[in-house]
Amino acid sequence: MSAMIEVSGLDKTFGGVHAIEGLSFTVDEGQVYSVIGPNGAGKTTLFNLITGFYTPTRGDIRLNGEDVVGLDPNRLAQRGMCRTFQQMQVCMNMTALENVMLGRHLKLRGNLLSSVLRLPSLRQQERDCRDRARALMEFVGCGDYVDADAASLSYGVLKRLEIARALAAEPRILLLDEPAAGLNGTETAQLDELIRKVAEQGVTVMLVEHDMKLVMGISDRLLVINYGRKLAEGTPDEVRNNPDVIAAYLGN
Amino acid sequence: MLKQFLKWRLSGLIVLAFITLSIPFLMDNPFYFDMATQIAIVASTVVGLNLLVGYAGQISLGHAAFFGLGAYFSAIATSRFGWPSVIALFTGAAFVGLLAWIIGRPILRLKGHYLSMATLAVGFIIAIIINNQSGWTGGPDGMSVPPLGIFGWELSTFSVYKIFGFELQGYVAWYLFSIVVLLLAVLVAQNIVDSPVGRALRSIHGSEIAARTVGVDTARYKSLVFVISAVYASVMGSLFAHFTGFITPAIADFDHSILLITMVVLGGMASPMGVILGAVVLKLLPQFLTGFQDYETMIFGLILMLTMIFMPKGLLPTMIRILKSRLGARAGGDA
Amino acid sequence: MFAEFMQYLFTGITIGATYALVALGFTLIYNASSVINFAQGEFVMIGGMGTVAFMHMGIPMFFAIILAVALACLVGVALQRLAIAPAKNADVVTLIIITIGASIFIRGVAQVVWGKDYHVVPPFSGEAPIRIGGAVLNAQSLWVLGIGAVLVVALILFFSRTLMGRAILGTSMNRLAAQLVGIRTQMVLMLAFGLSALLGSVAGVTIAPITFTAYNIGILLALKGFVAATIGGLGSGVGAVVGGLLLGVVESMTAGYISSDYKDAVAFSMILVVLFFMPRGLFGARVVERV
Repeated sequence: MSAMIEVSGLDKTFGGVHAIEGLSFTVDEGQVYSVIGPNGAGKTTLFNLITGFYTPTRGDIRLNGEDVVGLDPNRLAQRGMCRTFQQMQVCMNMTALENVMLGRHLKLRGNLLSSVLRLPSLRQQERDCRDRARALMEFVGCGDYVDADAASLSYGVLKRLEIARALAAEPRILLLDEPAAGLNGTETAQLDELIRKVAEQGVTVMLVEHDMKLVMGISDRLLVINYGRKLAEGTPDEVRNNPDVIAAYLGN
Repeated sequence: MLKQFLKWRLSGLIVLAFITLSIPFLMDNPFYFDMATQIAIVASTVVGLNLLVGYAGQISLGHAAFFGLGAYFSAIATSRFGWPSVIALFTGAAFVGLLAWIIGRPILRLKGHYLSMATLAVGFIIAIIINNQSGWTGGPDGMSVPPLGIFGWELSTFSVYKIFGFELQGYVAWYLFSIVVLLLAVLVAQNIVDSPVGRALRSIHGSEIAARTVGVDTARYKSLVFVISAVYASVMGSLFAHFTGFITPAIADFDHSILLITMVVLGGMASPMGVILGAVVLKLLPQFLTGFQDYETMIFGLILMLTMIFMPKGLLPTMIRILKSRLGARAGGDA
Repeated sequence: MFAEFMQYLFTGITIGATYALVALGFTLIYNASSVINFAQGEFVMIGGMGTVAFMHMGIPMFFAIILAVALACLVGVALQRLAIAPAKNADVVTLIIITIGASIFIRGVAQVVWGKDYHVVPPFSGEAPIRIGGAVLNAQSLWVLGIGAVLVVALILFFSRTLMGRAILGTSMNRLAAQLVGIRTQMVLMLAFGLSALLGSVAGVTIAPITFTAYNIGILLALKGFVAATIGGLGSGVGAVVGGLLLGVVESMTAGYISSDYKDAVAFSMILVVLFFMPRGLFGARVVERV
């Protein structure tokens, strides 16, 4: 198994405040790797650093062995990385299906000229893209909303729509930021199953999540951070029995 | 069947073609045709601007400058250097496109109001240059432009043409030509919108973060659409110059820029037929208001303000929504 | 040489003070409601034209000025209440068009009520110019600078010392939080527009004796105010003042040493240069993109 993501000595400060401090860890290919920790521990900041929305103050991030510090999110997408957001980022000026089709952006060939002339090859490609997007919406369980405007969808559906969009990009590594937040019990169970299905296809999954039942059930490895620093790392069992983690979660 | 037609992506274009091509059967007054041709040219400009503002969500408060540059490029190249009009038009468009690309790269990094101010500044600078380089442009007095020559043919509003035994007045011919241009402008814009390029542009408006996450090079797409809309403006500027035969720096100034973006917003952003309606309304409104003389400015401002307050989504989208809810209510009542 | 330079500097600072006041008024509205108010210049116009009109009615200058400023404030409050508040959920560009509509409307009314002629307002005090280092400084310039400085100080005190001022600041930082602690944000917004109109109209009255005033002077002044505010960094009070003075001086120097035809071009080029190197202006807030 090779390393998909290697983070070493990662630091991020905002105006002198350490959001992430000296963080190092490795995510192997094909793993479901979860990051947990109390609110404000720096989990989303870590995701923003890995996905190129923030630039690290110090430290090294490698994707498949390549140094990717300073690369824009769209460059990282070209290297097989995609993510969802805690604060959902869905294009409300499009239909649900178009949002998912957008996910296939990098898989589509063609330039401005072929668009202007609406060449047959482009039309065929659009049809395929539409079919795949529709299938993905079925896959994540929102097949009923294919023609709906994104703006008219409920929170739970939008959450899954974001996952479908990310999957449409056929990522090698998928980062999910609190996918279960705001979902009810049934929806969380569906999400659990969905993440397992995605992982089975060989996609590496990084997960930030508060739902411990979900996290403990599907993760291969866990990283626990607190105040931007590593508190523990290991398999769910190891983490569960780690005295530092117990202290942090149960309070002193 | 009607429902299917309305769902088709080119239904608007067909309706537009039907309306515009029936106009010559309904009127015969050179002044009306002059107005209609001007509207068609400006509407085509606005269809291009809509790609930038309505679809990609980037504000330009200086777009008339590109219109003016195209117009003056054609005017100077044809009258001073004897270039054929068509070559002048395309060279001008290429030049304006290049300029837009050079300007666009740095300023499109700016967000929101900073971008508006930067485009406004670019527009002002270009307008001032046109105004002051009177050796080339005639300055505030303007300059005259020869008629449009298309491969040996000369399209002039004063000529009379014979086609298949029919007599066609020059002003009608110009009108028909401008309508062909408008329909082409809409078709090209619609094709761009209904493609992966269009989807990427709309995603920048919807959520730039989402767009970047799935791999859209937002900086590149913003430049691209800025260039496309500038080229639209330049081509239409060239046509406008040949059509009117006389241009002044007013076509490049701030007021004209504001008029163009107002057409987009008033008619309905991201709606090609909407922005054309916007162009029609804002071009005709002053004609209707001239009767009010001194009160013209006041009433124009009032109408603009009230429309935007009560129809923030624009005229056409609001009208369609009302129509739909009426029809929906009726259908519900029947069932 | 030196005298010439001083002359341009004085002219620049005088006109720059006017830009600074317009920019401050604009910043005030921008902070409270994130609206770019294109009608800002109309407040300046109302200040000058209103004073002229009231003086024509035989009202002494001092009271005519107060009436004109009061009128501008009223228009400002009405603008917020009747045009901006009903459209609060509209797109940014829609709001821009609304304020442009308002600007055209106000200009149209002024044209109907006050006519299209250009007017001069008499200077506030004697005509005798003051000589400094070979340059001539108008007494009115001193009025412009003095009143400008007083207004800036008053504004600082208002925002730091009074409850009302803090309410405006609070609302501009976080409208929801302000509502939660019991600030009536609608009142605050109206106040911000009123105050902004006050700044603009005072600038209009004080500069009127130096420049002319007419129903249509507003739009260019509004644009200059925006240029100043943008150079300074949208939302920054210090930025508005520095931006205004800088713009005034650069314009005056360009007109003096290069060509008056291009003085506006240089002003607008300044925006581009500043934004190119500092995308948020000289004093604009650095914000971290929240994802």
